[in-house]
Amino acid sequence: DQVFHIVPETFQQVQHLQHLCSTLLLDLWKPQLPEDIWAGEDVHTRVPASLVKEVKDSLDHHMISYKVLIPDVQELVDQSMPKERNSHRQVPEGYVYTQYHPMEEIYQWMTQIQKSNSELVTQHYLGKTVENRTMYYLQISQPSDKTKKIVWMDCGIHAREWISPAFCQWFVKEILQNYKSDPTISRFLQNLDLYVLPVLNIDGYIYSWEKDRLWRKNRSPHMNGTCYGTDLNRNFNSSWGSIGVSYNCSSEIFCGSGPESEPETRAVAQFIESRKSDILCYLTIHSYGQYILTPYGSTTKPPSNSEELMHVAEKAAAALMGKYGTSYKVGSTSLILYNNSGSSRDWAHMIGIPLSYTFELRDKGTHGFLLPSYQIQPTCEETM
Amino acid sequence: MATGTSALRRMEEQALLVTVALGLFVNGGADLQQYAIRRAVSPLQDCAPRPAHPVQSRRRCLTNLPRELTQEEDALFLTTCPAPALLDIDGVGRKYYLELVLEDVLDKDSTVNCTAEVLYHLGNNNIAPDVQVTLEGELKNTDEADNIFYHRIKSLEKELVAENIPDSYGNVPPEMEPIRLLAWVASGYVIWQNSTENTKFQLAQIKHVKQVKRSDEYLEFDYMILLHEMVSQEIIPWQMTVLWHPQHGVKVTQDNRQPKHASE
Repeated sequence: DQVFHIVPETFQQVQHLQHLCSTLLLDLWKPQLPEDIWAGEDVHTRVPASLVKEVKDSLDHHMISYKVLIPDVQELVDQSMPKERNSHRQVPEGYVYTQYHPMEEIYQWMTQIQKSNSELVTQHYLGKTVENRTMYYLQISQPSDKTKKIVWMDCGIHAREWISPAFCQWFVKEILQNYKSDPTISRFLQNLDLYVLPVLNIDGYIYSWEKDRLWRKNRSPHMNGTCYGTDLNRNFNSSWGSIGVSYNCSSEIFCGSGPESEPETRAVAQFIESRKSDILCYLTIHSYGQYILTPYGSTTKPPSNSEELMHVAEKAAAALMGKYGTSYKVGSTSLILYNNSGSSRDWAHMIGIPLSYTFELRDKGTHGFLLPSYQIQPTCEETM
Repeated sequence: MATGTSALRRMEEQALLVTVALGLFVNGGADLQQYAIRRAVSPLQDCAPRPAHPVQSRRRCLTNLPRELTQEEDALFLTTCPAPALLDIDGVGRKYYLELVLEDVLDKDSTVNCTAEVLYHLGNNNIAPDVQVTLEGELKNTDEADNIFYHRIKSLEKELVAENIPDSYGNVPPEMEPIRLLAWVASGYVIWQNSTENTKFQLAQIKHVKQVKRSDEYLEFDYMILLHEMVSQEIIPWQMTVLWHPQHGVKVTQDNRQPKHASE
């Protein structure tokens, strides 16, 4: 759609313009009504994309001068999203998945999701955070007499990566909306259970909403409360503290006082350890960079099943690209990104979970952590 | 500490900002354009074997490992590193050769090929890398948009002041877009001056920007930006004073790294 700026010079031109507006039902922005169009006065009207040519031809034919004021109305609309914060009733039907949500709303969402999908979804206690908040995960499981293998996905281990929890919520919504109608999803649920932790680093996430948008770590106090936060993705027991970390609390990659020193890490690790023989796939969602990362970060020595890992990841990247052309790089962290130790993905693989991946979602740095909400939908759709 | 391949990967992507920024400066830098890397295509260049060492396989040379790659590593390398080339120059430093396809962020079909050579100096991390860029083709002409922006700012009654661009939700008001692009280009200069083989910087956010009134024809903006460094994951506040003119281009006249909590 475009917005035209037109200035009719003569009475005949005014009449023609009025005729055009009424017959084509054009959206007059200025003036309000066709009868208020005067010679020599500005007219602004929105023209639907399908009528642009016709309107242009008609104006040309009558020698009426015009200019295109706004060449793409939708683009402007997308850019100028008004209030991000709306108070929606937290029913899933009213829940806006294309906006970022603060933690209280995510808690409410989880409760609602279980309530409206109780045949499939159960909410479970996982543990507590440093600031004593409760961590919950959602289990999506189709009742069946056979025991099923598990796919685990966690989001929001790093507070500032808002697109990550947004994806977990989107993912759950997609599964629940389509499991009856979509054969892929339906078959998936017949054979697998899905465990989703929408926000792992709850304290950090809240802090990024209230105090510091670019906060990364959790909120554990150190040095008598003069320094805060451990990087939870350096805190797992996988070559902990060996490379790609800092032992200094003031660093963003501070690995903590010891492996699994943080309650959030322990909560996840204990659960996964207890179910590891049933867990087929461990996924952890981050941003940004557009990567699908395989183990390891602490060494370039490839994991035992690296061929399989790469093969699956390559297929995922290709499918992702097929949606909107977004390109993801695939490979091990140590080879294509940097060295790190103590990551959850490495740890999951080391204890025996065969398929373990880190997804780094959009984008490549243009917006970085501040991914605009109009990109939530395409990012989530392609990642599905 | 630079491990060959991950540094290479990062460098490829970082080189973008460095080379584009440089290209914009060197080629009369007037255009507030934003180009993103579409893909890097590797030239088929063998790196030279180091003296006093037996001839190394190209792959080993590129990964910088002191031993031959195992079969598995070799296979992995093929899929993850379609090798841009690098060259160790004894006593000087390490030089990277890149072929890039630049893509206009506002118009994905508009692309420009370019080649670049980036030399990181041995030992000394206080010298910016040498960068040479050759653009094969021309950047888009943005004179009209540049002039509209220029006159809009010139005719403001009160100096422009803004903060948090983009905001927490990633939004940028349309009238602030040129301010953001200007910061993007100027930060490219700052990033170039502070890049090593172990860094990968991105502009994360403009914390604060203030226009400074000038009596001459230039526009001047005092920015406080936040840079995100990928390897350390740090957010680094940085002050920069930026001059711009539609015909004369961008100049960063002052830039200062700030202590961590300076932006709060």
